[in-house]
Amino acid sequence: MASAEAVSDIAIETRQVNLWYGTFQALFDVDLQIPRGRITSMIGPSGCGKTTFLRSVNRINERLGYVRTTGSIEVLGYDIYAPDVELVQVRKRIGMVFQRPNPLPLSIRDNVVFGYRVHSGRRKIPQTELDELVESALRQVLLWDTVKDRLDRQATELSLEEQQKLCIARLLPVKPAVLLMDEPCSALDPKGTEAVEELIWQLRGDYTILIVTHNMAQARRASEECIFMLLGKVVEHAPTDEIFVTPRNQETADYIEGRYG
Amino acid sequence: MFEASDLNERNRRVERLWRLLFLVMTVLLIVPVVVILSVLIHKGGPVLSIDFLFTEPVQGMTAGGIFPALVGTVWLVTVALLASVPIGVAAALYLSEYAPDNWLTRAINLAIINLAGVPSIVHALFGVGAFVLFFRFGTSILAASLTLAIMTLPVVIVATRESLQAVPQAFREACWNMGATRWQTIRRVVLPNSISGILTGVILEVSRTAGETAPIMFTGAAFFLPFLPQSVYDQTMAMSLHLFVISTQVPGVPEALPFGVALVLISMVLAMNAISIAFRMHLRSKKKW
Ligand SMILES: Nc1ncnc2c1ncn2[C@@H]1O[C@H](COP(=O)(O)OP(=O)(O)OP(=O)(O)O)[C@@H](O)[C@H]1O
Ligand SMILES: [Mg+2]
Repeated sequence: MASAEAVSDIAIETRQVNLWYGTFQALFDVDLQIPRGRITSMIGPSGCGKTTFLRSVNRINERLGYVRTTGSIEVLGYDIYAPDVELVQVRKRIGMVFQRPNPLPLSIRDNVVFGYRVHSGRRKIPQTELDELVESALRQVLLWDTVKDRLDRQATELSLEEQQKLCIARLLPVKPAVLLMDEPCSALDPKGTEAVEELIWQLRGDYTILIVTHNMAQARRASEECIFMLLGKVVEHAPTDEIFVTPRNQETADYIEGRYG
Repeated sequence: MFEASDLNERNRRVERLWRLLFLVMTVLLIVPVVVILSVLIHKGGPVLSIDFLFTEPVQGMTAGGIFPALVGTVWLVTVALLASVPIGVAAALYLSEYAPDNWLTRAINLAIINLAGVPSIVHALFGVGAFVLFFRFGTSILAASLTLAIMTLPVVIVATRESLQAVPQAFREACWNMGATRWQTIRRVVLPNSISGILTGVILEVSRTAGETAPIMFTGAAFFLPFLPQSVYDQTMAMSLHLFVISTQVPGVPEALPFGVALVLISMVLAMNAISIAFRMHLRSKKKW
């Protein structure tokens, strides 16, 4: 691939993506250009294919044997569905955060460096290096001060908000380019939501973030561009302030104003 | 306003009835266990002694102890464990963590369930054909233990698979999403969180083979052999067969003797169970999610 492409401003570019679960088509001709280093939100009624799209960007969908995808998805200029692509590298560069926080049943410290260890092979990682990684990742997610005295406690003992921050932190040591987040705040209380939103906002710039949300206010507050999907199709994609103030499409307007689902 | 209606009364009576029924069933279940144990202790208890455990049978097995049979059973169960655990755990790992969900996997799973239902005498004949004759192990601990191992493999696989599947799928997804391979996921997350269940399940299943008679009868266990086995190629006495022999084949055995043997046999199995349960509780207390 031309290296000139790799420095373009587009982080994720999809062309004519169609996706089937068996015979059921969940995505129709999705064409998107998602800008690098910014936060893009995805909104749309339940079942419109937001999760499906997100999961095809790190190729986790294909674990289900009956999924078929056509079209192309390029991340940072590279076609991630190309035959010579190594899935492990895709997952390393494209991190995913789930709706329910899912820390591993390990200590906080081991959670943060899990991915790093996995990608370090048999190399013995010096303790100081690990300590630095843990501290810097936890600082980035604004969690360092709360957990620095209990790094060896089980991650599952943390509050949901802290768990979700930890789930974001554990992606950082392997230096991902893209963070995919599927309703990352929907299991959290309002205070937790606010804290995680604030954190996501801070990560902007260093990472390209694609975040699915059902919360209009959140999409509005915490994203720079916004994609509205309906029944597996992209209806509108525009800067957030535009889409919420002057939607070009009637369906978008209806949805934003809460007239359906 | 809040007093009971007729319907409430009726529901309460029905509730009491069912509760009573379930309680009765539970008691019925416990009664035989209690009766067996108390009869064994009452009748067999008097013959128990250190000497009984640690001396050979004498006078045509109508007196003396059970030492060779005790040692033999320990040999048989240990070798069976060594054979069936690695194979069973590996197979369960494959089936639960790697195998795609297709007709072949489903067929294999079905076969395993059916294998668990094969009568032990059939396993015994298979053991004779395969291990004693074909592989030329002769009648030996090795042949008998392998027969026991084959017999317990299905249950070992099922027990292991259940423990593996008790590990929440979300943990695996978290790992895969960070780019961990299947094996890295298994080693770092799945096994550490299921090992307690696997080991206890496996110990429970295999310890039950201590009581099996048919599979070892033709493959490696001897009626009477007052020496201890020196290697897996030797024949050996075994508790279960010894019990069978002195209860039915040898005239003039005092009544207390078989009860004593049975009591020791059942204690061995219960001790194994107790160990595995204690072990499970110990490992459980360390894991939380
Ligand atoms: N594993 C699957 N197998 C079959 N169909 C699926 C699967 N996952 C999703 N679907 C279908 O695909 C469509 C899109 O689902 P998806 O989960 O992507 O929607 P969503 O926009 O994320 O919805 P929500 O807002 O409820 O999370 C739905 O109609 C759903 O029923
Ligand atoms: Mg979804």
